Amino acid sequence: MKVNLKVWRQRNGNAQGKLVDYQLDNVSPDMSFLEMIDVLNGELTMKGEEMIAFDHDCREGICGMCSMYINGRAHGPQTGATTCQLHMRSFSDGDTIVVEPWRARAFPVIKDLMVDRSAFDRVVQAGGYVSVNTGSARDANETLIPRPIADEAMDAAQCIGCGACVAACKNASAMLFVAAKVSHLAVLPQGQAEASLRAEKMVAQMDAEGFGACSFTGACSVECPKSISLDHIARLNREYLGSKVTSQAI
Amino acid sequence: MSWVTQTLASSLGRKVIMSLTGLFLCTFLIVHVAGNLQLFKGDEGRAFNEYSYFMTHNPVIMTVSYLLYTSIIVHALMALILTRHNQASRPVKYAYTKPEANSPWSSRNMGILGTILLIFIVLHMRTFWYEMHFGSVPMAEYDGKEYKDLYKTVVAAFSQWWYVAIYVLSMAALGFHLVHGFKSGFQTMGLRHKKYTPLLEFLGVYVFAILIPALFAAMPVYMFLKHVGIIG
Ligand code: HEM
Ligand code: SF4
Ligand code: FES
Repeated sequence: MKVNLKVWRQRNGNAQGKLVDYQLDNVSPDMSFLEMIDVLNGELTMKGEEMIAFDHDCREGICGMCSMYINGRAHGPQTGATTCQLHMRSFSDGDTIVVEPWRARAFPVIKDLMVDRSAFDRVVQAGGYVSVNTGSARDANETLIPRPIADEAMDAAQCIGCGACVAACKNASAMLFVAAKVSHLAVLPQGQAEASLRAEKMVAQMDAEGFGACSFTGACSVECPKSISLDHIARLNREYLGSKVTSQAI
Repeated sequence: MSWVTQTLASSLGRKVIMSLTGLFLCTFLIVHVAGNLQLFKGDEGRAFNEYSYFMTHNPVIMTVSYLLYTSIIVHALMALILTRHNQASRPVKYAYTKPEANSPWSSRNMGILGTILLIFIVLHMRTFWYEMHFGSVPMAEYDGKEYKDLYKTVVAAFSQWWYVAIYVLSMAALGFHLVHGFKSGFQTMGLRHKKYTPLLEFLGVYVFAILIPALFAAMPVYMFLKHVGIIG
């Protein structure tokens, strides 16, 4: 199949970027989107042009690196999937495909399609952990946790920190990410002791990084490759407000 | 900053202010629509005028009304602050977006819908509230007691087709604002529960987004049809 691409090219964070047109004539519908970009990069190299810089690592939907805003959607037209899990059969012959980086004040562009997502790391460093050693895998089996609670924690823990929620949100809000991190620790006994202060610290860091507020449009959850539920945002709100009103921290 | 101002200045705290003022406005809408249903009584406005008298003289109602004015102002100001902050969170826009694929239109346009509502509120208060408090309203006498005949002001205002049209369009905006706003208000407060959220979503759609705006819109339409003689 044939595709017309419009890809965001930007030399570095300070440079002016623009959408550049490329055409690929021999694309297999079975290629993943990233493989298609690899082919394009191969052609660019042959022509002596600079390759398109993009983040990727596992190429199996678990690392969260492959950030691309494709045809107006985070990770493209599929739901519940990352860019590496998107295949060219999701497009039609002759389609024009616009590829942009995540756009958010907190995610500055490094080069082309690569953005700096270290704001997420700092939000996690602010409180997304359990302060004491909770033991090794064997010890986990000694703390009995009812199945529904373990499932709830696992649903939240599936978050791979890809940033699609921020990219898709009209406010570039990181609430779904922060909610997933707060939730997955808050419902487990090992994380409960620090649950409420954790919410305070992580929200403070989220605000400091320059993410927007939540308008509850639900775009994040639809575009999240792990379909993290909006229930977790409600829990984050509850933990945060409850802590603000009752904690000893002034 | 004390913990209170710090909380209220956080993104979540600002949303709590939106939610509390917004949901308070929702409770006001119930009272307002119920009271004004008296316009439909075919009694030349007596019940409506007596009700207006009560609403402007009862001390409890008067206190609550100041809370209401404050809520509208705070809600609108906070909406402005939040909207600007949210826009600043994405300084470089996407060249191409497809938001209809992942979120309802109303949820993405609360600011525009709210601005329509604010203009409507100013116009509405100028026509009725200002006239009632500071303007010249004709008098009516029931059982030897003098009442301001606000009903006549209502009749006059709703005899103009364009004024009726503004009301109907504004009520459509109210419906769209509340179809998202009502349920969002609860989400902001962290109130989401398998047992109660479906009920709240039902109320949000059928009562706050459809029934209440429709009843409000029916008032000017009814008065206009009465004026042109289509209904008696
Ligand atoms: C009858 C009048 C109004 C009612 C009953 C009302 C109600 C509400 C409710 C319940 C919410 C949800 C709060 C939340 O998500 O936590 C809301 C949000 C909002 N309102 Fe209103 N509102 C009214 C008028 C206005 C006006 C006059 C404006 C603007 C000038 C406005 C702008 C907004 C905005 C921008 C939001 C969304 C905030 C966000 O999600 O970030 N509203 N409103
Ligand atoms: S919540 Fe979903 S969209 Fe957001 S970072 Fe985690 S996995 Fe990605
Ligand atoms: S490259 Fe790892 S999730 Fe796509």
